[in-house]
Amino acid sequence: MAKKMAIIATKGTLDMAYPPFILGSTAAALGYDVQIFFTFYGLQLLRKDLSDVKISPLANPAMPMPVPMPVMVQMLPGMESMATMMMKQKLAKHGVASLEELRDLCLEADVKFVACQMTVDLFEFDKSEFIDNVEYGGAATFMSFAGDTDICLFV
Amino acid sequence: MNFDKELNARGLSCPLPIVKTKKALVDMTSGQILKVISTDTGSVKDMAAFAEQTGNALVAQEEVGGEFVFYMKKG
Repeated sequence: MAKKMAIIATKGTLDMAYPPFILGSTAAALGYDVQIFFTFYGLQLLRKDLSDVKISPLANPAMPMPVPMPVMVQMLPGMESMATMMMKQKLAKHGVASLEELRDLCLEADVKFVACQMTVDLFEFDKSEFIDNVEYGGAATFMSFAGDTDICLFV
Repeated sequence: MNFDKELNARGLSCPLPIVKTKKALVDMTSGQILKVISTDTGSVKDMAAFAEQTGNALVAQEEVGGEFVFYMKKG
């Protein structure tokens, strides 16, 4: 019987969007049966358009910066877009796949995406903005798969 | 070394060399050899780990001019 992996994806920033999709696509390539449960800000990763997935240097002191940047400067308008643009350029330069590509690889490999119904309602997400191939469920739905997994991660 | 199919994974970072290797193996038959060329240093350990976990055999590997070449025999 195939091994199983479950991931809870709770973050919607560019950096934190990568681990669920990287681990999901890799586990699927290794023959795992994979399910990712998207909740809270992780729901942003299910949108058809991922261009709003950004990274901010603010409150992120571990982020390597080309030049030291005081917090007062990081707060200025446009800094978030600039940091996102620079990060995307860096990822592309290193041959790291885009989020869209990794997400497609997950879907192609039958990784199952489950969106948390409660947080979809809480944030009034419009389901038509999400990709197809998403199922909706709650904590108990997650447990029914996660209870039987070999690897279970919270991101 | 003889091979049946070649995968160019140059310039790609983790996890693409592994995911693409898996995809390339899908339409091959048992016993056939896939040659993979990667420039990702992490792929050296990852390809061995992939082989070990998927029942395919990493029959040979070499480093040629900064590129890593793997020969994966489909299990």
